[in-house]
Amino acid sequence: MFDRDLWREIFQSINMNRTRTLLSGFTVTFAILLFAILFGITNGLTNTFDDAFKDDATNSIFIMSGRTTKANKGLQAGRQIQFKNEDYDYIKEEFGEKVQYITARIYKNVNASFQNEKNSYSVRAVHPDHQYLENTEVTIGRYINQLDLNEKTKVVVIGRLVENDLFLKTTALGKYINLNGIQYKVVGVFEDDGGDNEERLIYMPITTAQQIYGNNDYIDQINLTYNPKMGYDQAIAFSSLLTRKLKDRFSVAESDQRAVRVRNLANEAKGINQMTSGLGMIVLVIGFGTLIAGVVGISNIMIFIVKERTKEIGIRKALGASPKSIVSIILMESVLITLIAGFVGLVLGMGILELIGPSLEKFFIKDPKVSLNLVIGATITLIVAGGIAGYLPAKKASRIKPIVALRDD
Amino acid sequence: MLKINKLHKSYPIGDSSLHVLKGIDLSVDSGEMVAIMGSSGSGKSTLLNIIGMLDEADEGEYILDNVPIKNLTEKKAAIYRNKFLGFIFQSFNLINYKNALDNVALPLYYQGLKRKERIEKGLFHLEKVGLKAWAEHLPNELSGGQKQRVAIARALAADPKLLLADEPTGALDTKTSYEIMAFLQQLNDEGKTILIVTHEEDIADMCKRIVRLVDGVIMEDKFVEQVRASQYV
Repeated sequence: MFDRDLWREIFQSINMNRTRTLLSGFTVTFAILLFAILFGITNGLTNTFDDAFKDDATNSIFIMSGRTTKANKGLQAGRQIQFKNEDYDYIKEEFGEKVQYITARIYKNVNASFQNEKNSYSVRAVHPDHQYLENTEVTIGRYINQLDLNEKTKVVVIGRLVENDLFLKTTALGKYINLNGIQYKVVGVFEDDGGDNEERLIYMPITTAQQIYGNNDYIDQINLTYNPKMGYDQAIAFSSLLTRKLKDRFSVAESDQRAVRVRNLANEAKGINQMTSGLGMIVLVIGFGTLIAGVVGISNIMIFIVKERTKEIGIRKALGASPKSIVSIILMESVLITLIAGFVGLVLGMGILELIGPSLEKFFIKDPKVSLNLVIGATITLIVAGGIAGYLPAKKASRIKPIVALRDD
Repeated sequence: MLKINKLHKSYPIGDSSLHVLKGIDLSVDSGEMVAIMGSSGSGKSTLLNIIGMLDEADEGEYILDNVPIKNLTEKKAAIYRNKFLGFIFQSFNLINYKNALDNVALPLYYQGLKRKERIEKGLFHLEKVGLKAWAEHLPNELSGGQKQRVAIARALAADPKLLLADEPTGALDTKTSYEIMAFLQQLNDEGKTILIVTHEEDIADMCKRIVRLVDGVIMEDKFVEQVRASQYV
């Protein structure tokens, strides 16, 4: 198969029929080009969705409260539901293993200052687990820890942009920042992939916030991640159970949509997952369909070539060519045309994606690329496709009888 | 060298069949130069095709160089053709996109020889037919006589036991025909066994033996005084 003389023969034959070879390869080139672009765009869409979830862990569940909209168990509608520390403890105890990380949250807006620099920021008072729920990356210092919670210490972890805004070019670590007139020590600076707003945040221990802002045990929101070993369906079942138990705990009607709200990212992740795999299937079907059309085209051309070369094949047989050598010459030619045409399509597709990629971002297509796996897969597919395309013509060629081929002078 | 006994061959034509060869007995010794003559439809080409293993007989025996030729698979036929036989055709049958040298070297390729050896042998045979200077030329750059000489060089390249020529001068003018015949006679003088199918009397007279076929049977088989072609060239 890797005989140099065989290749010489094949190139001689391709060279002889340059235009026709070009035309027959075109369909395959087009098929692979189309496939590469569609595949790249699907990848781009997936990238966009992945980005949307980058800020939060994809197995997150958010629990929020509001006013009841329906009367239930003798209680009137319009009642405000307020989470407290005991609700946080209840979830932790009730669901144990099913919960990976859990944190409560209190939101506050503060005016912050350091020396002459002032600005207003959002504060989130949280538990230590919050770091993992939000994919917060502490670059200097540390995050809030259990000791801070126990001692109700006045410490904060500030975002990279807060440090930029207030501390200008100096480092914030160890210095004291003034929030609404109270001094807090900066124990850490963090970065977050979720965008600028996520880096203009200040984190403090939840117990500190509860003591300073109202001296109560109120909680605004509870975030948790479910055990990642659970699948989408298990996760969705888990969050419905959680919803039911919480509604029961606060005597909220089962059908009340506002009083206790549980948002499970698994619901959305599942939908998106289904959509991208659906898109992938469509791309595969289109790609394969076009490729089949290309293979039929090449097969057609090869049959034509065999017909045209009938006499030559007859001569070769009269000179002692074995059927095998005839088959391999036609088969290899077909594989070679398919492979080269396919690679041209692939390279063109990658080039086009590279060119138009940046301008597609507004259509939610980010960084559309073709993966190495696809290139390897495409190569194997092309070799097989070329083999299929060449098989019938090659068989036909090997059956040519020299006496018939040489007769019509 | 070659022995044929009671050879029969018929071709189906529609529902009936055409009996082309009706029991041919022929034996040719080494070093002979035989003309097979007959009008068209006499079966002479069919006989040559069977001898050339391009076709198989329905009945009868065919022994070539002590090897019985029967029930050949395609692969085996290819090997035998390559080893035993050299073909010369009326229309030359050169491969038009290969130059003279590559054409001559093609049987050697199917023998599995290395490229260097093929070029060496190919050039040797081209020189023998006086066309070494034309080695790099494509067939359409050669005259009819030159093409046939390239074809003869190709037939000789694999050093076959038997040369089979099917109307080798049919497409050539008289002068060129005699040149080709002179060359074939020279090869015969050197010991090659040659079978020539022709319907031209003057060509047949240049062989040493004439076999006449009429309607699928041998009507006449005689040894003749060979006319040397070189005297006309």
